[in-house]
Amino acid sequence: MLFFLEVILSGLLAGVMYSLVAIGFVLILKASGVFNFAQGAMVLFAALTFVCLLEKAIPFWAAFFITLAVMIVLAVAIERIVLRPLVAKPPIILFMATIGLAFFLEGLGQGIWGADVHGLNIGIPDDPFEWLMNKGILISQFDLVAAFIAAILVTVLVLFFHKTATGTALMAVSDDPEAAQSVGISLRWIWVITWSISGFVALVAGIMWGTRLGVQYSLSLIVLKALPVLILGGFESIAGAIIAGLIIGASEKLADVYIGPYVGGGLENFFPYFLAMVFLCFRPYGLFGREAIERV
Amino acid sequence: MLKRKELRQESVNRRIVWEKPFFLGVLIVVEKPLLIVNNIEVTYEHVIKVLKAVSLVVPEGGMVALLGANGAGKSTTLKAISNLLKAERGEVTKGTIEFDGMRIDLMDPAKVVKRGVIQIMEDRRLFEHLTVERDLLTGAYTRRREKAAVKQDLEMVYHYFPGLRGRRNTKTGYISGGEKQMVAIGRALMARPKLMLLDEPSVGLAPLLVREIFDIVGTLNREQKVTILLAEQNVAMALQIAGYGFVMENGRVVLDGDSQTLKDNEDIKEFYLGLTDIGKKSYRDVKRYKRRKRWVA
Ligand SMILES: Nc1ncnc2c1ncn2[C@@H]1O[C@H](COP(=O)(O)OP(=O)(O)OP(=O)(O)O)[C@@H](O)[C@H]1O
Ligand SMILES: [Mg+2]
Repeated sequence: MLFFLEVILSGLLAGVMYSLVAIGFVLILKASGVFNFAQGAMVLFAALTFVCLLEKAIPFWAAFFITLAVMIVLAVAIERIVLRPLVAKPPIILFMATIGLAFFLEGLGQGIWGADVHGLNIGIPDDPFEWLMNKGILISQFDLVAAFIAAILVTVLVLFFHKTATGTALMAVSDDPEAAQSVGISLRWIWVITWSISGFVALVAGIMWGTRLGVQYSLSLIVLKALPVLILGGFESIAGAIIAGLIIGASEKLADVYIGPYVGGGLENFFPYFLAMVFLCFRPYGLFGREAIERV
Repeated sequence: MLKRKELRQESVNRRIVWEKPFFLGVLIVVEKPLLIVNNIEVTYEHVIKVLKAVSLVVPEGGMVALLGANGAGKSTTLKAISNLLKAERGEVTKGTIEFDGMRIDLMDPAKVVKRGVIQIMEDRRLFEHLTVERDLLTGAYTRRREKAAVKQDLEMVYHYFPGLRGRRNTKTGYISGGEKQMVAIGRALMARPKLMLLDEPSVGLAPLLVREIFDIVGTLNREQKVTILLAEQNVAMALQIAGYGFVMENGRVVLDGDSQTLKDNEDIKEFYLGLTDIGKKSYRDVKRYKRRKRWVA
């Protein structure tokens, strides 16, 4: 029983890390109506910038805010150079543009900071949490902290969306950009804001995942972990991204531990996609995806 | 009996035909027009010319109707004024638009709203995943720093549309068509506009509801001093509340005049009001005549 609990808990905590990446996608999809292929590259770029600043002996928080500033500048540049000229073009063209953006960011990051693998240590040990260990459950302290930070981040985002005028404007844009413009909401400003927030989320995710895996090119591939989360949660729901992340995290660990031995293991990487596919058959818009509202 | 205010409105509306010399009087200098659309041409996708030399004038405090059948170019005209054409790959290729003494045709749409022009687009266009109240609040986006005033204005909207109060926490995707139109108008009111561009509020509503909506629009015009430019296919209704009208056909203004003149106009009677003194004509004749007129125009 304790072991079962341990598997579930560690799965849930891993799931939080998936959600973190998925939220970045959801934000941009809501505001600009485009699946941002460059989200992974943004995570890599942010983490790389952050870790290299740290290595130049810049203190943690200074490095954090400098990187955040860089991500905001990036958002402004993306709005100016990519989004504005492509306004009213079909979504597929915008999507292609984000593919270009992904390569550009990966190149830029490695051009400036080099292609070495950087270890990242933010001073939280990846050791078992003692209080739980004494009860017989092995859970990493780092996982707990990461989950806590993610929870704060999500709470702030939800409050922002539901309690501020800018958040409301953002929801309006995601429902009907043209009508939003007709009431005086500036699409450009909303784009800058969402890409900035998404850059911020990418930075947090980059720090967490970078600590786990090391900061290197493969960091941009964590988007592959976010994809089933998005399918399960619906591409346009933050709550969906969180809950789907938790489900995927827990179920892949459970599947790996309890079914894995019978099928020769390796289930952890494959199971989320299986789950996503099953979901596509029954709820194509995801758990919390936004079904178009239709009155009958 | 006409009330004094209405009389004044009548005279204001009559005076807006300022380009016609015999109307040029001393009073024109006193009551300047609020909106002047001067000879605009609109092109979609760089090639589809939809508006050809459209001019209109809306006097301050007036209520002016923009009439015309499907595809005449009413919505395009309103979107040109609000500068919303870019999102549909359209563009004003000639002419100027002046509001309150300033050119707005090259202005960012958000700035146009800030200056006091708001559009209520065709088909309501609510944010269906927002609640009624939050949807109303998006109208005050340009004034989001004036928290107290916005709160008061929300009360004002509920005062004019008491039915919305009980629906404030319902998502706009789930309310009725009439309520949707009310939210759309209320939302525009939240911007505290000087000029409201109303695009076919009557579409899809029962006659009784249309009357109710039009009454409220008239009340807003009088009580809140909002100038109104109303695009409508429902000519009879529109000419009842508007003081002046422009008739569009095929991307041009083909006729304008005060409401009474338009109501008495034979063509209007025949094609838009469905009345005719000229004896019975078959539907086909009418259609042919209309087509011919289009080609000639
Ligand atoms: N985005 C667009 N691209 C190309 N042509 C367009 C576009 N929007 C409108 N048109 C064309 O412009 C013309 C005028 O359309 P508009 O919507 O302004 O008419 P309307 O008077 O508002 O008609 P309705 O009463 O049906 O709303 C139509 O012939 C229409 O086909
Ligand atoms: Mg129209």
